[in-house]
Amino acid sequence: MSDAIELTAAQAAERIRDGELSARELFDAYRARAAADAGDLNAFTWVADAAPELPANGAPLAGVPLAVKDLFCTEGVPSQSGSKILEGYRPPYTATAVRRLADAGATLLGKTNQDEFAMGSSNENSAFGPVKNPWDRERVPGGSSGGSAAAVAAGLAPWALGTDTGGSIRQPAALCGIVGLKPTYGAISRYGMIAFASSLDQAGPFTRDVTDAALLLRHMVGRDPCDSTSLAYPGEIALPQGVDLRGLKLGVPQELTGDGIESGVREAFNATLALAEQLGASVETCSLPHAPHALSAYYLIAPAEASANLARFDGVRYGLRVDADDLLGMYTQTREAGFGAEVKRRIMLGTYALSSGYYDAYYGRAQQVRTKVAEDFRAAFERFDLLVTPTAPSVAFRLGEKLDDPLAMYLSDVCTVPMSLAGIPAISIPNGLSDGLPTGFQLCGPAFSENRLLDAAYVLEQALGFDGSEARA
Amino acid sequence: MSPAYEPVIGLEIHVQLKTNTKMFCGCELSFGDPPNTHTCPVCLGLPGALPVANARAVHYALLIGLALGCELAPRSIFHRKNYFYPDLPKGYQVSQYDVPICSGGRLGDVRIHRAHLEEDAAKLVHVGASGRIHGADESVVDFNRGGTPLVEIVTEPDVRSAAQAREWLTLLRETLRQLGVSDVNMEEGSLRCDANVSIRPAGSDRLGTKTELKNMNSFRYLERGVEAEIARQVALVEAGGQVEQETLHYDPVSGSLTPLRSKEEAHDYRYFPEPDLVPIVVDEAMVAAARAELPELPAQRAERYERELELSADSARQLAFRADLAAYFEQALQADGAHPQTLANWVTGELVARVGDGDPAASKVAPAALAKLVALLRAKTITPGAAKQVLDALVAEGGDPQAIVEAEGLGALGGGDELDELVQRALAADPDAVAKLKAGNMKAIGPIVGFVMRETKGRADGGEVTRLVREHLKL
Repeated sequence: MSDAIELTAAQAAERIRDGELSARELFDAYRARAAADAGDLNAFTWVADAAPELPANGAPLAGVPLAVKDLFCTEGVPSQSGSKILEGYRPPYTATAVRRLADAGATLLGKTNQDEFAMGSSNENSAFGPVKNPWDRERVPGGSSGGSAAAVAAGLAPWALGTDTGGSIRQPAALCGIVGLKPTYGAISRYGMIAFASSLDQAGPFTRDVTDAALLLRHMVGRDPCDSTSLAYPGEIALPQGVDLRGLKLGVPQELTGDGIESGVREAFNATLALAEQLGASVETCSLPHAPHALSAYYLIAPAEASANLARFDGVRYGLRVDADDLLGMYTQTREAGFGAEVKRRIMLGTYALSSGYYDAYYGRAQQVRTKVAEDFRAAFERFDLLVTPTAPSVAFRLGEKLDDPLAMYLSDVCTVPMSLAGIPAISIPNGLSDGLPTGFQLCGPAFSENRLLDAAYVLEQALGFDGSEARA
Repeated sequence: MSPAYEPVIGLEIHVQLKTNTKMFCGCELSFGDPPNTHTCPVCLGLPGALPVANARAVHYALLIGLALGCELAPRSIFHRKNYFYPDLPKGYQVSQYDVPICSGGRLGDVRIHRAHLEEDAAKLVHVGASGRIHGADESVVDFNRGGTPLVEIVTEPDVRSAAQAREWLTLLRETLRQLGVSDVNMEEGSLRCDANVSIRPAGSDRLGTKTELKNMNSFRYLERGVEAEIARQVALVEAGGQVEQETLHYDPVSGSLTPLRSKEEAHDYRYFPEPDLVPIVVDEAMVAAARAELPELPAQRAERYERELELSADSARQLAFRADLAAYFEQALQADGAHPQTLANWVTGELVARVGDGDPAASKVAPAALAKLVALLRAKTITPGAAKQVLDALVAEGGDPQAIVEAEGLGALGGGDELDELVQRALAADPDAVAKLKAGNMKAIGPIVGFVMRETKGRADGGEVTRLVREHLKL
């Protein structure tokens, strides 16, 4: 079975369909690895006891096991969003994205650890303990979908679902040396995703390669009557193809590739730019003039939405309740005990940003910046097919290194937040190592350009030939 | 009230829409079902659940907007109104804020400020002596009502008295009822009215500090509550005090007004656009569909009756305020439209007295039959007294008035020999009255007419009897 662990999900699905591999044995092999991880990476918050019912023959995903970020509601299975306030919470329904994958034949392997309510860039904000990076257990896997990234990188799951609000798929994918894709906002239903920031949250795949990302994405996209912000996907997600990048115009936004990018990351990025040129792409510097303000705008908009989204955790209907003498006491003590420090910080920040008298100066202004950032991208895409940046400004940092410095932590998202604000798709692919740690190369394109993005990422992936097997050893 | 002060009143009305399902989920609307039997992840505010706007509720909001003469926004958005309360599962109410679906407008003599869509809160039941959250032993929540679609209608401060508030709310209720968008039952809470009340020196145009009155769950309580608040403010100001801006709870039993605490305290609701919902886009087809469904409404109907049929204002209003009466009246009018006012009087008077609040169309009295009865009366073929007997027969058995008149011998006695003979008998039987009449006391004719009516069972024409008396006595 150890051979099977080395298969990509698409390869495994094909072998199962061809009768060369047993879906049950594959599930059991991954289940054993995931269950054995408990004290090591701490990537899972829940692992299935046994293989679930396997799909009928011919199901496109053929029973290949799937790890799912904790914040996706899965019926009868703990869905806690990394928070003590939802400890042990088992929802009565399943998120649309997960259900669609199950309908396509994916089987639920386990729920993965994450930063509490997806707030964080290191996965140290989980009520269930930090996740470690399989490349170096002294280091963080990135966040907030750190468990999903670590699980896929370490071969505890063939692939995983995550969510990305400001970089929560792409940054951990980069830090763990795997592929992470944040689709166009609205491409995948948010129904059943425990919300962080509604106007930014998007589900997306963590995979070992670009083909798997396309395959997983294909079975999630589409309009969902339960999410009015979801959209019908124009066309189908194709499996990526291509041998070169001839004719592709790549723009390199100077604002996201300058100061603050670690030298090793920058070298790897520049090397891949050169490779892209060799493959026939044109590479030119461009400008996203408002991008330097994106992070500030993001850290007003996302907390503002979060402050309302998290109001439902009041101890009345589900989750933690701390009894008190009166209603206000129950509210304050429940939330005091149930939320971690970063969540409280963002609720305070967001509440302040929406307050009467401050709304225009903070939330209102941030929305204006958001519009400007989106306009910058639109203008850039009139000249370029795709824009490229390093995914994260640094390689994985040490556990605890940025825990006491929220602003330093927030800067981890500097290259990923602008695309989130603009609602456009972006993918991170492994871009070689710097000092033995993975770096990421990010490509982004206009709304619904996933196929173009996947093709370009695929060609680069083939040319880069990154080998992540070390992390699975 | 002291004539030195003028009350200024604005109303905020919450209308529960009569849709099949809730505002943002597929749960059925219900009233009186066992608690928490109509809930789902969305209306319970479970983690991850998302709202989807009810198209029917949007349609109803458009109907209301058209009925109130509002401008309909081609694009309006939902906002989140943030506050914590156990009846609010998400910790915010999804409502509309600065871009409502309907703005401006007028109904009767009151201008409409706006009307917007929102979701209702759940129902809190406080167990314990107080019946309110403060001092309750425990409180339980029934989420059946949570998420019911509401339209909130806000008027301009155009109302000047408690009685006017009550009268205008009656017009609004009838309008909404006839639109078919709500049960508009104040006791059951499908129509709720808050009032913003202030006073100012008579003749001034500045607005005084207002208070908000809640919990006036009947038309009577609305009138009484507003009256009590006006009196309280006048007394306060006359004693040299100042009105404080606050929210008051009206207790209909004691008539007292007590300041509300907790939820209704001055709040910063931190409104912001609801990111989980897309804007409501109203296109021409949606407006056309609503317009096509718009019935003639009470205000217009009453106006038309006065203008076209020359009905009295009172009759016009009585008919227009009850769609079933108006429909019945118009059907009868089609059968015989000779005298609309008499017909109206018979519909709103004698017929309603016999069939009550029920739809007269469901009675045995066909509209054409009533029209014929009124025609017989107008032609003096029968007397009013006989007509009432015919109507009794129609209510009991139905049928044709003419046939009933003939079968029961209820036809009016004309000026023929039969009546003349009866008058002579009456005069002979009451010499006292004859003496008084001859002495010029016309009041003494009463017993004579009474005698004739008794003998004819009301079929005699009083005017003709009087004429014959005068003839015989040479008066």
